[in-house]
Amino acid sequence: MKVYADNAATTKISEHALAAMLPCYETYYGNPSSLHSIGQQAKEILEDARSRMAKCLGCEAREIYFTSGGSESDNQAILSAAYTGAKKGKKHIISTAFEHHAVLHTLKKLEKEGFEVTLLSVKEGHNVKAQQVKDAIREDTCLVTTMYANNEIGSILPIAEIGKICKEAGVVFHTDAVQAVGHLPIDVKAENIDMLSLSAHKFHGPKGVGALYVRRGVPLLNLIEGGAQERNKRAGTENLPGIVGMTVALEDACENLEKNAAYVAGLRDKLIAGLSQIPHCALNGDPVNRLPGNVSFCFEGIEGESLLLMLDALGISASSGSACTSGSLDPSHVLLAIGRVHDVAHGSLRLSLSHYNTPEEMDHIIASTAQVVETLRNMSPVWRDLQTGKRQYIL
Amino acid sequence: MALYSEKVMDHFTHPRNVGIIENADGVGEIGNAKCGDIMKMYLKVEDNVITDVKFETFGCGSAIATSSMATEMIKGKSIDEALKLTNKAVAEALDGLPAHKMHCSVLAEEAIKAAVKDYYDRNGIAYDKSQFPDEDCPHCHE
Repeated sequence: MKVYADNAATTKISEHALAAMLPCYETYYGNPSSLHSIGQQAKEILEDARSRMAKCLGCEAREIYFTSGGSESDNQAILSAAYTGAKKGKKHIISTAFEHHAVLHTLKKLEKEGFEVTLLSVKEGHNVKAQQVKDAIREDTCLVTTMYANNEIGSILPIAEIGKICKEAGVVFHTDAVQAVGHLPIDVKAENIDMLSLSAHKFHGPKGVGALYVRRGVPLLNLIEGGAQERNKRAGTENLPGIVGMTVALEDACENLEKNAAYVAGLRDKLIAGLSQIPHCALNGDPVNRLPGNVSFCFEGIEGESLLLMLDALGISASSGSACTSGSLDPSHVLLAIGRVHDVAHGSLRLSLSHYNTPEEMDHIIASTAQVVETLRNMSPVWRDLQTGKRQYIL
Repeated sequence: MALYSEKVMDHFTHPRNVGIIENADGVGEIGNAKCGDIMKMYLKVEDNVITDVKFETFGCGSAIATSSMATEMIKGKSIDEALKLTNKAVAEALDGLPAHKMHCSVLAEEAIKAAVKDYYDRNGIAYDKSQFPDEDCPHCHE
């Protein structure tokens, strides 16, 4: 049995989205900036896609900027708000300790340029509380940037509450919603979101395309110099096939959101219940406010990469936050941020589901994981020390 | 295209000489759980020859595969031969490792040396201390 359970990394494109893209290569291949009719036809398709994207997010078409994906959107949003703030002498930014590197590394760059960054702790409840944001806001805060939902552990942040606090304080609020869009109901106006990043390939759209929503009135700086595309905010010929594929994928995701979320959450809960039976393990992430498709565990006494390799041999594609999978000596910053010690963080497993998964696949994952964890523990000197009392169990 | 060679996967999924030796003549442990890999080697020695060897490893696929291959390469060999085993030779026997995984093969070489050192210590055999690694995870501080 082949089971794809790495949907937080990327998803399979939907047939509908793929079919919608093909005419943009074969028939509507014009450049939307061209004057001739083939170009203008492409321009029409582009603007139609923009309107439809806006409808899904609860905003106006002119508030949508097409980008190459989540990382670019995050970079542009954060750098824009920071440099705009700096002009008014505001150089303080608030974020969280478990953001994606597209956010954290951008903030690191700003720190080197003299900005001050406050990263809110996510130890308590594996989540951030809106009150923490409120307490951290200062006179010179120019931006609050928090993810909508965490990619590794699935915690959903109190976005509407944070949005309200930022609005009252007059601080720009950006959210990296890459894991949330298409999976959770989002209304940027109702939630007082000023800027939102999204990526198509996380909701069964194509890779290499995304969008940035920027509320009208919030200044946006362009990072890529060149032509006048995207109202002078993002140069480069538009990726029309990608944009159309993304739009169709988002419409489908939003239309079926409730049904899919309920189905996928059912699979998730079955998987969590099954894996919890394995001794000395712990669920990572907020157990209640949790992405429908996220399952994340730490298993004591084993290492994540070997766990992934053995699961792969049994047909299961998953991911881990161990050092060996990250290419560095440290395990995932997310697992460390929620308070998992190194020894345990190395033994992490993330399974991220979609509506293409089935209950039978969950049974296969549960049985395979239990078997592989036991095999690895039986050859682990750490596990032997735990069993013989030479070492104390952490989980 | 897979991350690891077929040989690595073979030794990883069917590791040789896994386990412990009760009443071993030498035991060596290298690495720590914080770094994500620990290797423990058990040796049985008769007339300066390694008659049996077992290992336990907490670590990634290449750590487990190099442990397995290293035990095969020293079983039945003299201690002097075992001490000459390099991480490069283990990696080559596995048809190579990805560049960022080479440090895992260092662990196998060092675990063997640590076990031999323990054997020497137990039997009052003199040796050159500089030839043996420190207890604490030297590969992590490269």
